Amino acid sequence: MGITGSLSRLLLVCLLLWPAMATAQVDDSEAQQLLTALAESSFAEKKDVVNRIAGSGDERARIWLEAFAANKLARIESTGQFVIVLSNRGRDWDVESATTGESLGEVSRRDIDTIRVNNSLRSELESILSVIDLKSPNEDSRLTAARALRGNVDDGLADQLPDLIEAETASDVRLALTEALAIYQVEEQGDRSAVAVLSGSLNSDARAALQNAARSDDPALAAAANKALESIEQKLKFNRAAETLYFGLSLGSVLVLAAIGLAITFGVMGVINMAHGELIMLGAYTTWGMQQLLPGQPGLALILSIPAGFLVAALAGIAIERTVIQHLKGRPLETLLATFGVSLILQQLVRTVISPLNRTVITPDWMSGSVMINEALSLTLNRMYVIGFALVVFAGLMLIMRKTRLGLEVRAVTQNRAMARSMGIKATKVDILTFGLGSGVAGLAGVALSQITNVGPNLGQNYIIDSFMVVVFGGVGNLWGTLLAGLSLGTINQLLEPWAGAVLAKILVLVFIILFIQKRPKGLFPQKGRAAEG
Amino acid sequence: MWLTRPLQERSTQVFLGVLFAALVVVSALHLFMPEDSALYVSSYTVTLLGKYLCYALLAVAVDLVWGYLGILSLGHGAFFALGGYAMGMYLMRQIGDRGVYGHPTLPDFMVFLNWQELPWYWHGFDMAWFAFIMVLLAPGLLALVFGFLAFRSRVTGVYLSIITQALTFALMLAFFRNEMGFGGNNGLTDFKDILGFDLRTDATRLGLFIATGIALAIGYVICRGIVTSKLGRVSVACRDAEARTRFLGYRVERVQLFVFVVSAMLAGVAGALYVPQVGIINPSEFSPLFSIEIVVWVALGGRATLYGAVIGAILVNYAKTVFTGIMPDAWLFALGGLFVLVTVFLPKGIAGLLQKRKKAETTEPTPAQEATA
Repeated sequence: MGITGSLSRLLLVCLLLWPAMATAQVDDSEAQQLLTALAESSFAEKKDVVNRIAGSGDERARIWLEAFAANKLARIESTGQFVIVLSNRGRDWDVESATTGESLGEVSRRDIDTIRVNNSLRSELESILSVIDLKSPNEDSRLTAARALRGNVDDGLADQLPDLIEAETASDVRLALTEALAIYQVEEQGDRSAVAVLSGSLNSDARAALQNAARSDDPALAAAANKALESIEQKLKFNRAAETLYFGLSLGSVLVLAAIGLAITFGVMGVINMAHGELIMLGAYTTWGMQQLLPGQPGLALILSIPAGFLVAALAGIAIERTVIQHLKGRPLETLLATFGVSLILQQLVRTVISPLNRTVITPDWMSGSVMINEALSLTLNRMYVIGFALVVFAGLMLIMRKTRLGLEVRAVTQNRAMARSMGIKATKVDILTFGLGSGVAGLAGVALSQITNVGPNLGQNYIIDSFMVVVFGGVGNLWGTLLAGLSLGTINQLLEPWAGAVLAKILVLVFIILFIQKRPKGLFPQKGRAAEG
Repeated sequence: MWLTRPLQERSTQVFLGVLFAALVVVSALHLFMPEDSALYVSSYTVTLLGKYLCYALLAVAVDLVWGYLGILSLGHGAFFALGGYAMGMYLMRQIGDRGVYGHPTLPDFMVFLNWQELPWYWHGFDMAWFAFIMVLLAPGLLALVFGFLAFRSRVTGVYLSIITQALTFALMLAFFRNEMGFGGNNGLTDFKDILGFDLRTDATRLGLFIATGIALAIGYVICRGIVTSKLGRVSVACRDAEARTRFLGYRVERVQLFVFVVSAMLAGVAGALYVPQVGIINPSEFSPLFSIEIVVWVALGGRATLYGAVIGAILVNYAKTVFTGIMPDAWLFALGGLFVLVTVFLPKGIAGLLQKRKKAETTEPTPAQEATA
């Protein structure tokens, strides 16, 4: 305990002085002196020297000690200069100065005298290094060091931890340190009061410590640990539920995006467009094409793809409407067949012109990664963006349908075409614009989908049945119904998946919808009144 | 008798005459021509023609519900595939211990999956009569349950089309699963013999071809019998004005259910004859694309004519064979284009063209006729 005792006192001193010397550097002669002492002393003395280096507050101390632990701190015999070995292959070693950090090029192996280290020193160094990290002015590196400590606290460190916790300003670092100390106390000392600290922790080391404690001979400790574990289990359950809900909402928002355009063309206009999936695919390929045009700027390309994808899909949709659908007015089954033919042509077109293989669409940096809510729950960013995007698109469509002239005319034409025309509404123009709008939204869905799924010729096919299901389930002609249907179907699917498996879950959802439609043929929210007729 | 009435019809007589003539000619050319002759029909071609005839029967089944009942089923592939699987299970059991693993009862894929015993639903399929009943029962029952639920709650039109599509899609996903016990992805294959005849011999192939031709003839006569009966007229009334028919006191849903189930059984028979000829059945037969392809055969041939469905099925599939042989990429373009062209420019299909020409030849159209046409 002698050495650790003096160590902790020393550290306490520097801790108190720490803000003042956070960026301090001892002058070169002193550095030289410290390193010389390290090189020339015996193993027993080296411990003291290491502590002196750590306590010097020099910002280079970490580099030195790390190199020392890795057998890479050395002295050049001829010059007496201290160096850090970068590569020790071959006859000449690549080194840099330990004091200035500048590269010294290659030095003959024979001229280099590595400062020796042994195992007991190495383990000592480990905790000293983590203490150095814990005192780093950078909060992130403190947090990383503090999290890494959990389950790895030894006696020496445990003595210092209360002081470190006291001095810590950032709350999450402080929490991690407290947990680290509590794990140590539970594991090594069987401290019952520390169990309470861990009772809310989601850390796996904390759980392991509690599980060990639950099996201990001390019945009071075991009981306390069991209780703590129970509360952790509760929390984990909640987290798992939250995660399922998130995945469900994310899948649901994909369904909403894919189906919302269809809710316009099929739901509002009553046109069965089986090529809707291929319009989604066109949107996804637009994103890919945009990224090919703007190499190295995936983020900009993605943002530009939003209007571009809308336009491409809208124009394609209008072309389909003009060439095929308008000739089949009032014959829904024929429209279904003809647009299915169009979908086959579009798929094959992509296969022939671009490639039958999947294309890679890059996810920009600001969309990749995940948000950590707590240690057991982290949410992927790209899915969060898709959820947000789906809601924005939905809100936009709602606004257009409810608040604009176009929306008014669309509703007028769908409710009573002849009457609307006699009021001076150009029904053909409205048809074109509505179909373009629905198709354009499909393109937007494609842009979003390109971020979370493979972009290939079959992309659209995979979504067409689901999209129709969502629209029919939600009630034809009802945008709110589509939103609710998409989100709930996505969530149901995710809820079923853990025990049924992905494929069976999908089958069950399909069967559920088929049965549901038998029960309520007009969906969740059937249209009422005159709009329902015809 | 409703079944003998069609035999007195001219159109049915012509159809049956052409069909039997084709069967006889193909058989004769296959059996009696020397192999190097230009007129020789190889056993490959015989099987190919047999496949077309299966598709023709399937198309007739679809035309029965689409043409005469107004229900556009996008899931008839499911009934076809179920019939096929029933036959496939029988053929699998006939392999016995001649499989790769040589297990006396378990098919190869079950041995491969380490199954210890036959699942309950595989029992009985070693007996031909049981399997043949199942060929009718499996699709029939599915159609009965599905149709009962759908027609009772008056799901019609586009809704019905889309849920039939969802039905076949769900079945496809289900049959892809190994746990279902139907061979998963690979399906059922490696058949050896049927009713004791070796499937690889030319004689068996010719026999299957003729059997398919006869099945098509019987199926055609049954459909014709239904559509010319009183039931058929009510069914056409349902197609054209469902609400009115209901108000006249007819139980629309019962008519729909009956016709739908008969059609599903016919599709099942077509599938059962298809499997021994192509030698494999796998979940791709359940794919929505296949089901919708059937509809386009009927659309091309001409709805509500039955013989049009046969013409359409044979023509499209012949084109498919040719296209996929010389330029596989172009096939989907051609098929897609066919969908568009037929629906936009040829709403009555080839049969419509034939009728028009016939009418033009026989009589000058009077204004009254034009109005009703």
